Amino acid sequence: MLETQMVSDGEMELLISDILSIYGYDFTDYSKASLKRRLNRIYMLDKFPSFAEFRYRIKNDAAYFSRFVEEITVNVTEMFRDPSFYKTLKEEVLPVLATKPLIRIWHAGCSTGEEVYSMAIMLEEANLLQKSLLYATDLNPSVLERLKKGIFPLSQMKQYSENYILSGGRNEFSKYYRAKYDLAKFDENLQKKMIVSTHNLVSDRSFNEFQLILCRNVLIYFDKPLQDKALALFDESLENLGFLALGAKENLKFSPVARKYKQLANKEKIWRKTR
Amino acid sequence: MEENKIKPAENIVIIGGSAGSLDIILKIVPGLQQINAAIIMVLHRKSSSDTILVDLLTVKTKLKVKEAEEKEMIVAGCIYIAPADYHLLIEKDCTFSLDVSEKINYSRPSIDVTFESASEVYGPHLTGILLSGANADGADGLGAIKQNNGICIAQDPSTAEVPYMPQYAIDHVAIDHILTAEQIKDYINNIV
Ligand SMILES: C[S@@+](CC[C@H](N)C(=O)[O-])C[C@H]1O[C@@H](n2cnc3c(N)ncnc32)[C@H](O)[C@@H]1O
Repeated sequence: MLETQMVSDGEMELLISDILSIYGYDFTDYSKASLKRRLNRIYMLDKFPSFAEFRYRIKNDAAYFSRFVEEITVNVTEMFRDPSFYKTLKEEVLPVLATKPLIRIWHAGCSTGEEVYSMAIMLEEANLLQKSLLYATDLNPSVLERLKKGIFPLSQMKQYSENYILSGGRNEFSKYYRAKYDLAKFDENLQKKMIVSTHNLVSDRSFNEFQLILCRNVLIYFDKPLQDKALALFDESLENLGFLALGAKENLKFSPVARKYKQLANKEKIWRKTR
Repeated sequence: MEENKIKPAENIVIIGGSAGSLDIILKIVPGLQQINAAIIMVLHRKSSSDTILVDLLTVKTKLKVKEAEEKEMIVAGCIYIAPADYHLLIEKDCTFSLDVSEKINYSRPSIDVTFESASEVYGPHLTGILLSGANADGADGLGAIKQNNGICIAQDPSTAEVPYMPQYAIDHVAIDHILTAEQIKDYINNIV
């Protein structure tokens, strides 16, 4: 299976500009190596005989385009991904949030929502879910539909339950879902405080002020200027003394907003806004 | 400006390894001199062991050893370790990018992914080396390296703790050299 050299760089640029002018999604400033790999992958999966046909289908078939967006963006996610990160949230961030009358959290690029459900479970266990609002956004409407269902593959639950325990969870993880065939349906109470909406970090504006913003494993797909732009958007959307959480391999340190932030002492990728 | 002086590496060597590869890496690394290439290691392993590997290699060599960070420029004389649980890709401007997409060959990082993406950027200035392992990862990537006129090396399977991975590549790709640890070390030291 040789994946290289099927969609050329020039062809990728053509598609990017078609998509921007027809559908308004702007992939211009994405990391190209990954984008190209995803393009080649869907080109191969859907067995296009030529680039011309691939391009024609994307331009003229809106239903196909929504599949295309879902495939070229990477939606892989997990509950309690990086348990030590969640442990830090629980031990150092939630106690600060607990002092607020209303807690507003933004999950930007939340994909199918495993991260949002993890947060809801932690808030519930800290008796904070009642006074919290969890804004869950992504550019891709199809992943958000799955988030609203709260149904995940049962085969993942063993891993998630291990992650949950490593993050400091003390309940039986299975109390949060009902198993049916090969699916796990999460407790509807967890969903009550979720506000779900599409939001594109490239083109949409700040829409509220939050005490905690999580944007994990999204910035790795952006080039440096676009990362800085997204970070400025988060900065604008974060209360003073609010927290910003990024993915395990993402960093604030070389961005223009860095001087306003201080990383938590234990080196997890959580920063506090200090001015 | 300090930054203007830093130039991306002209040559890169990517070493892919799976089960049984750590031993041979520990034989290669101590013998490396200041080289005119960057070395990138893509190794299958448990997610938690990132810093352990960097620490382990740091004490064995004068070359700088570090985890590859996203958007970091690749420079010569440095050994980069692909972080666990992410695919490592190479951009046209010779920087790294990371990706959490699906596992390939049951692996993330996948050796194929890094070989393939590097082959497009580095062409003939890339050497791919495949070590011991029980997986078919790396063979397709070596094919891409070959197609872009790079050099393909497999560890001599008779010296590998788990011969499957290098043997699989030898059976499927026109490998340039089949080498022992000692010979791999000499090959890297002689890159100009
Ligand atoms: C790898 S997932 C990360 C999911 C989750 N945050 C995690 O860390 O497990 C990346 C998500 O970012 C979304 N995304 C990519 N570009 C985006 C953009 N410009 N605006 C909003 N979301 C975006 C994708 O649709 C995808 O769901």
